[in-house]
Amino acid sequence: MPELLEFNNVSKVYSRGLISQTSTVALSNLYLKLKEDQPTIVTVAGESGSGKTTLAMLLLGFIPPTSGQILYHGQDINTLKGEEKIRFRREVQAVFQDPFSVFNPFYTVDHLLTVPIKKFKLAKSKSEARDRMVESLRAVGLHPQDILGRFPHQLSGGQRQRINVARALLLQPRLLVADEPVSMVDASLRANILETLRSLQSDYGVTIIYITHDLTTAYHIARSIIVLYHGAVMEAGDIDTVIKSPQHPYTKLLIDSIPWPDINRRWGATEIKAQESETEDRSPGCKFYARCPFAMEKCKFAPPLFRISEFQAASCYLYEQHSPVEAERLSELLPV
Amino acid sequence: MTPIMKIINLQVSYYTDSGRARALDGVSLSLEPGEKLGLVGESGSGKSTMALAMMRMIKPPGRIEGGQVIVGGTDLTALSDDEMLKARLSKISYIPQGAMNSLNPVMRIGAQMVDAIRAHNHSISGSEMEELCLQTLESVDLKRSVFRMYAHELSGGMKQRVCIAIGVLLKPQMIIADEPTSALDVVTQRQVMETIDRVQDKIGAAVILIGHDMGLMAQFVDKVAVMYAGRLMEVSHVREMFTDPKHPYAQALIKSLPNLDNKGIFQGIPGMAPALLRLPRGCAFHPRCEHMMEICQSVRPDLIPLTDGREVSCHLYSEAN
Repeated sequence: MPELLEFNNVSKVYSRGLISQTSTVALSNLYLKLKEDQPTIVTVAGESGSGKTTLAMLLLGFIPPTSGQILYHGQDINTLKGEEKIRFRREVQAVFQDPFSVFNPFYTVDHLLTVPIKKFKLAKSKSEARDRMVESLRAVGLHPQDILGRFPHQLSGGQRQRINVARALLLQPRLLVADEPVSMVDASLRANILETLRSLQSDYGVTIIYITHDLTTAYHIARSIIVLYHGAVMEAGDIDTVIKSPQHPYTKLLIDSIPWPDINRRWGATEIKAQESETEDRSPGCKFYARCPFAMEKCKFAPPLFRISEFQAASCYLYEQHSPVEAERLSELLPV
Repeated sequence: MTPIMKIINLQVSYYTDSGRARALDGVSLSLEPGEKLGLVGESGSGKSTMALAMMRMIKPPGRIEGGQVIVGGTDLTALSDDEMLKARLSKISYIPQGAMNSLNPVMRIGAQMVDAIRAHNHSISGSEMEELCLQTLESVDLKRSVFRMYAHELSGGMKQRVCIAIGVLLKPQMIIADEPTSALDVVTQRQVMETIDRVQDKIGAAVILIGHDMGLMAQFVDKVAVMYAGRLMEVSHVREMFTDPKHPYAQALIKSLPNLDNKGIFQGIPGMAPALLRLPRGCAFHPRCEHMMEICQSVRPDLIPLTDGREVSCHLYSEAN
């Protein structure tokens, strides 16, 4: 049976400049498989510029990969046509970071929900359309009578973000890409949205790719994690293991930098070495070389992933006593 | 120690077509030199209004309707517009949300810093001015070469640090930072916060950090003030706020925080933040409060002092007194 989604050696390089071409590798040689019958929540984490959003854009088919293929049910998403393309568009949905800019202020919020119903011909009559809207709003914990007929400015950020989730749910997606869905929402509302996302996975069997730099929320909803840095996988595995005992120096830095809301857990004493590299890094070595406190001579050649335990692997020579795993087998490190 | 900054009964309202919104309703606070206060609350609770009111930058339809802001013995609300212009940056400075986007893209960083000094001090010589700028850049961990650079040559975190450098250039006694790191990722955020911490320590300024990231507050501030619907609900030392919050809203806020021990338990605060135009009578939090009593629906609680310099505005505690 073909996988729900498969990244097959996908790279994305952005080039700019006409004469002297400079290029930025946003994602390099990623392999990832998500199974149809095992819905899960995978976190893709990393700081700005790590390639997280590029991954989302590639997956949604907004930009083509420079090399490699992205397969949905075994078919390349960039060659889908007609019926197939519509099915892909319906089954793969997204929730974006900013709950304010996705609404058109001239329309009531109903518009956001009725357009997909019309486009995808999900309902035969007006009353059926309304029933579906009501049902999906209830599913995300909103009261339809408070929401329908209102304008976006009358609703809070948290409500708007939940309407976005409701819109995605309406289409009965198989896969949801959530790109920083809670970073612009008040802390007190985050819990509600995360809870909604999690119930989508458990009750409706939707696989979710949760893209974030906020490892605290990721820890709470996801099952597995992939840590990216400059487009390369630094560490991957079970989220409990990775967050409680990070192995890669970059993951350690990330986790050390989380401001935990816990008075007894102070910000790491570890010094942050150097600024984010200002120059373009095109060396074949480890992407984290310039900032790594443990940088060694051999780090000038990119390390493979070393499997530290069943569900944890780090791409770092510090762990070379463990057996390496091929990049193609990344998915085996992610529990579902 | 005597407080370096005192806010006394500050009142700000916005007049809209549908009525008067009291964005700040009698807020009083005081800070000692070098003290760091975190101001937290949901969006629309009046955090940013408070920062703008302290800087006297409230624009119509908003108006400061009463109260005083005293910084280092000067009442800012009594100053003339010209005097206030001088006081900004030299007495009180403001690092707004997304400050990095406020740098002028066609002026060198140095020129923008020099501009700020010249506006306050005409007698200072060019070379002195440049030296002061370079030293300030170094104090925020930037290279001297940044002086000659343009904003687009810097990363987000570096631009934010330039804004901090401008903010502390004239050694103000009070720094207000309004979500200074909300657009940055965790690693850069930590670097920026450590920078603010170091420079404020060096010049002995008091800091108000505005934000809704309780994690950041736990790591950075000495005292936390919780705001709700334009009023202060609780002011406590950071340790007590996180271990033993008093006000039911503060308790709910602390409970809703994710940490490593309560995986998968989400506790949001039920209900919605009230609209300022239609505030409930009595305590603004009563419709969402689990300890709601009859008195809460009619009488607004005052901010009353508890032990250890804590303050809380809730009828649960006024009874006990």
